[in-house]
Amino acid sequence: MPVPLHYVARNLWTRRLTTALTAGGLALVVFVFATVLMLDAGLKRTLVTTGEYDNVVAIRKGAETEIQSGIYRDQAAAIELNPAVAIGPDGRRLASKEVVVLISLNRIGMDKPSNVVIRGVSPLGMMLRPQVRLVSGRMFHPGAAEIVVGSSVARGYTGTRVGDSLRFAQHDWTVVGEFDAGGSGFDSEIWGDVDQLMQAFRRIAYSSMVVRLADGSLFERLREEIDADPRLAQEVKREQVFYGDQSRALSTFINILGLTLTSIFSIGAMIGAMITMYAAVANRVTEIGTLRALGFKRRDVLAAFLAEALLLGLAGGAAGLAAASLMQFASFSTTNFQTFADLSFRFVLTPAIVAKTLAFSLAMGLLGGFLPAARAARMNIVDALRAA
Amino acid sequence: MHLFKLVVRNALRHRLRTALTVVGLAVAVLAYGLLQTVVDAWYAGAYAASNARLVTRNAISLVFSLPISYEARIRGVEGVTKVAHSNWFGGIYREPKNFFAQFAVSDNYLDLYSEFVLPEEQRIAYLRDRKGCLVGRQLADQFGLRVGDVLPLKGTIFPGTWEFVVRGIFDGSDRTKITRQMLFHWDYLNETLRKTAPRRADQVGVYVAGIDDPDNAAAISRAIDSLFRNSLAETLTETEQAFQLGFVAMSNQIIAAIQIVSYVVILIILAVMANTMAMSARERTAEYATLKAIGFGPGFLALLIVGESLAICAIGGGAGILLTAPAATVFKMAAGNIFPVFQVSPGTVAMQFACALAVGLAAAVIPAVRSARVRIVEGLRAIA
Repeated sequence: MPVPLHYVARNLWTRRLTTALTAGGLALVVFVFATVLMLDAGLKRTLVTTGEYDNVVAIRKGAETEIQSGIYRDQAAAIELNPAVAIGPDGRRLASKEVVVLISLNRIGMDKPSNVVIRGVSPLGMMLRPQVRLVSGRMFHPGAAEIVVGSSVARGYTGTRVGDSLRFAQHDWTVVGEFDAGGSGFDSEIWGDVDQLMQAFRRIAYSSMVVRLADGSLFERLREEIDADPRLAQEVKREQVFYGDQSRALSTFINILGLTLTSIFSIGAMIGAMITMYAAVANRVTEIGTLRALGFKRRDVLAAFLAEALLLGLAGGAAGLAAASLMQFASFSTTNFQTFADLSFRFVLTPAIVAKTLAFSLAMGLLGGFLPAARAARMNIVDALRAA
Repeated sequence: MHLFKLVVRNALRHRLRTALTVVGLAVAVLAYGLLQTVVDAWYAGAYAASNARLVTRNAISLVFSLPISYEARIRGVEGVTKVAHSNWFGGIYREPKNFFAQFAVSDNYLDLYSEFVLPEEQRIAYLRDRKGCLVGRQLADQFGLRVGDVLPLKGTIFPGTWEFVVRGIFDGSDRTKITRQMLFHWDYLNETLRKTAPRRADQVGVYVAGIDDPDNAAAISRAIDSLFRNSLAETLTETEQAFQLGFVAMSNQIIAAIQIVSYVVILIILAVMANTMAMSARERTAEYATLKAIGFGPGFLALLIVGESLAICAIGGGAGILLTAPAATVFKMAAGNIFPVFQVSPGTVAMQFACALAVGLAAAVIPAVRSARVRIVEGLRAIA
């Protein structure tokens, strides 16, 4: 017959201070663990939503990012006229030729500038990205020195409110609107008219090009034709793949750093759990002897102490997870090592992360509690009863 | 003397518990030290940078270049002693993960960087070979490069595959200098561009200017920038240190997160340590009551508990501090190419010591107060 669970729970309650301190240590580790996973999930979600499945990005071969890439006007025209490119309701081809550069802007409350992506888009640029919608003001007029800013830029940088004006490339650019890109990478960008921006930055080539496929299955065909065309030195990637590749280094970095930290920290927390459980066993020698004398088997005693350790782990895990879930209200922004531009993203809590975190906290409790529980189970009845 | 003896005996009463606590403390102090060193490593580039050099770049952002014609005008500014120029190349050596810095530099570049030491015959060999390049010691060690080796790079900004011949390996003047970089002739890059992409030729990424007096850096920077105000390419000049700090600031939230987390580990171990002390003190309630009954005051009991806590922290913290330097060496070998400079600073060691002390004191507070308050009769009745 197993030892009743409420006996286990009441043992923890009797030593409230000790239980709270141990669970507190576990909770801190769980908090760090969950936050790292949430950060990585947030980064991934930001980049997945940045790309549309049927959109294809063309950049120069060998370039890894849009900043390094270049597409001359004749090349852009050749790509646009490929039969794989979809035709819109008004008969125009669904393609946006874009210029992408970085400008330095000052973050609110900091005197050091960060690099912000400024993207010149064709009139169809908005249509190709359905997740982008204006939340205030209006769209820029083609041919005017006007820009619209992403919501993360509007929140994070000085001089980017609707009605403000930014000076770069010898022009004053009026901010006429703010757009929300549904948490995607475009939220960290500023958009303007491609022809205006090319002229201002004295660029003769576009940076990249985005086209919508007439049919998702035409991707391979488009790629082969572009590879075979001697005029073109471009390569194409599905937009989702393109943005996923761009943040691989950052994602790996966050993962390695975070998981190394949590594994080191978990040693400390497990030692804490072990100390608590050893003390619980040492203090209750007579009690254990009594339990055994009453007829509880060794494995029942083992199970009872393991259950106590698991409960301790669960308490810590729940507390840590609760604290981590508050992080969903915060956002994180940093420079993407690959594009060199600032990218901001949220902490995202997914059911998988909840499961992983709870499993992690239970595992810490189990590992910390196993040796003490084994000691309790091994005790000799007579010796234990005499111990007092 | 009695006090000291009691403290030691008490600490050794539960050997397993004390040993576990010591191990936990050592791990935490070690982790704290390594994290602080990671943060320091982030700033290494900025610390190694000089205040006596100015960096002039395009005011819009680093993506934009400056015309080569600016060089003579910058040289003419009062206070400027030497001007060199460089371009970020951004090539890939075999795989993208082998990332390292590559600069196309003017031939007088190394004159400005006296911290890079290069044997004279290698310098001459480099100057004679148009396709020659120089690599830093850290980079040479990482990829096993030797003088005479061919170093092929796949251009990301400048298309094509570029082949360079290693003509020299330079050392840093001391261990804090970062030599994980490669330098080659700007002229080679420029001549190639003239043929393949004439519109991109005669452009410079940044100008580096040596100045006579670091105190005049601000005035000279303003003088340089005013030369090019309202031109097609306006400039932004700052000291090399400020320029490097600008890069660090871009990932400031990551650094802040590492900083916070390094204190979280101290909190974790504080919880563990406080738990150990609370348990020990509770088990000894009856003893403390006996001591009180004999006539020892609450101050003595507090000393007993604080002393034990500090003794455990001294051993655990000491072990952690001692282990930090070897662990940093191992870490640097394992992840050498991320942080070219990875050294434990004296400040970090001092902070480790302070943290261990703080944990020792804080962990003893609640048990000490409790034991001081306990009434003799109740204490004698207590069962652990």
